[in-house]
Amino acid sequence: MHPSARLEPKVEVSRPTADRVRVCLAGDWRRAGVPSLADVETLLRRDDGRPRVIEFDTRELRAWDSGVLAFAARCEELGKEHGVEVRLGTLPEGLQRLLRLARAVPEAREARRGSRRPGLVARVGEAAQATGGFVLDFAAFLGESLQSLGRLVRGRSAMRWGDALHVMQTTGPQALGIVALINFLVGLILAFVGAVQLARFGATMYVADLVAVATVREMGCLMTGIILCGRTGAAFAAQLGTMRVNEEVDALATFGFPPVDFLVLPRLLGLGLMMPLLCVFADLIAIGGGFVVATGLLDLSSADYVQRTLAAITLESFLLGVFKGGVFGLLVALVGCWRGLRCGNTAAAVGQATTSAVVIGITGIIAADGVFAVVTKVLEI
Amino acid sequence: MDPATAPSKIEIRSLTMAYGDFVVMRDIDVRIRAGEVFVIMGGSGCGKSTLLKHMIGLKAPAAGGVYYDGQSYWDADEAGRLALRRRLGVMFQQGALWSSLTLAENVALPLEAFSGLGPADIRELARVKLALVGLRGFEEYLPAEISGGMRKRAALARALALDPEILLFDEPSAGLDPVSARRLDDLLLELRDSLGATLVVVSHELASIFAIADHAIFLDPETRRVRAEGNPRDLMRGSEDPRVREFLTRGSG
Repeated sequence: MHPSARLEPKVEVSRPTADRVRVCLAGDWRRAGVPSLADVETLLRRDDGRPRVIEFDTRELRAWDSGVLAFAARCEELGKEHGVEVRLGTLPEGLQRLLRLARAVPEAREARRGSRRPGLVARVGEAAQATGGFVLDFAAFLGESLQSLGRLVRGRSAMRWGDALHVMQTTGPQALGIVALINFLVGLILAFVGAVQLARFGATMYVADLVAVATVREMGCLMTGIILCGRTGAAFAAQLGTMRVNEEVDALATFGFPPVDFLVLPRLLGLGLMMPLLCVFADLIAIGGGFVVATGLLDLSSADYVQRTLAAITLESFLLGVFKGGVFGLLVALVGCWRGLRCGNTAAAVGQATTSAVVIGITGIIAADGVFAVVTKVLEI
Repeated sequence: MDPATAPSKIEIRSLTMAYGDFVVMRDIDVRIRAGEVFVIMGGSGCGKSTLLKHMIGLKAPAAGGVYYDGQSYWDADEAGRLALRRRLGVMFQQGALWSSLTLAENVALPLEAFSGLGPADIRELARVKLALVGLRGFEEYLPAEISGGMRKRAALARALALDPEILLFDEPSAGLDPVSARRLDDLLLELRDSLGATLVVVSHELASIFAIADHAIFLDPETRRVRAEGNPRDLMRGSEDPRVREFLTRGSG
């Protein structure tokens, strides 16, 4: 059929006798949508003597696609609802066969779902319950991880050390570049900001102290923790989440490998060991950044800077920073693995797991740092 | 329409497929007639799915071309290709349903983008398509919440969304139990008969091949050419080629 010869699709509903509704379909109905059901519905709803039969006239129907099929299927349903007989015999042969096919499997009524939106109070309650469940779930996960660590100590763990070494490789040495860049810049910034303030009191030489103390106690481990949360925590969540989607985690469990031993423990150990080392590295680089600003712009001699730095750093604050780094590392690994293992089974769920791993991880790091600040103040470290 | 005299719907002309320097198959010449069920068969890894990818525009040929109604796919510009692609319905091997959308949304998405219909029409069409594949009542389910066989059928419903003239299937019955596989074959034939579509099926399931194929080609990974062509039943009985007979009789002929 030539496209220009296309016949306008038409649907006419008439009532030749009181008990019959005739649906007349005509023209080319391909790619023309679903014929309107409104007229049929109105006729069926009218009170003046309900029709008993719906019949079709398709003599003028030139071509059809699934729009007409959907229409006929709806007519059939309407007929059933209103107790009206629907005569399909005059429909095109192929259409009738498709209708039989669509009818062949009865609707799974028990499966049907309505979309319901609960009220405000119910939603607040559900959210509160969900939050409580969330915290409990993390506690449970933490418990599982500790049990798994216990198995490792007793030499009964299914963990493969090669996995832990691989995690160390990817989270440690391979992160050096980004850790160096960020911490160098932080060192620069600290020195600049400090210099501007200290210059007012003619105390520019204390820039070295400021950079050293701020870096070693706070910024080094904090920045490194945040970098690793975005870099490694997200990777853990995505990795384990995808393994969930692919049923790899279930496969581990069926072979009797506890997934926590196999997947979480190596990541926990790897990151827990690498983070303190990265912290030391970050401290050195950030102090180097301060050194560049101080000697380059503030006329401090390099010997002075080094000497003041060494004097400013106490062993306690250095160890505190490194210890905090280790805690942050464990936190990032725990949260990443937790979100990954609790991932749903769709592609979108992997995205959500990754997002929540980073958000919870960073929030956790900052909150933990706050706790550390209070505790060290009380203990006067 | 009698398939024997029908004009060719799809033509593959001296197609060579390659990944980089590695040639998978060379000099494929195939004519697929309108209304025919055409099966691409061959052992695992011989390039069946690759051939399908060339036909649906996912992979460019190293040489030769694919023609729909005489119009070259690979010589067309982007708009022309899009128009041609819209006439194809594809069912991927693993279903490839969009996992964050419900079944109804999976079917409705192409309709929303390309049909220009209103939401009410689209809802009705999605419903009837799912009913056709026996999934009435599962409209609001996510792909992850239904079984593998149901996912295959939902993928078929999505392939049917735009009432395509040509349906292409990558291993439609793989991973299904024999009864479900048989039902899917019947469904394919029924759709071909009532919609008048042309079907291209990649398969190595013998029962399915014999049940549905009008015409088939056998790809041979060793010579990297089409080894045999014809109706699979005739090939099984009459082919001189031991390898083709071996394939079609599961090694017992």
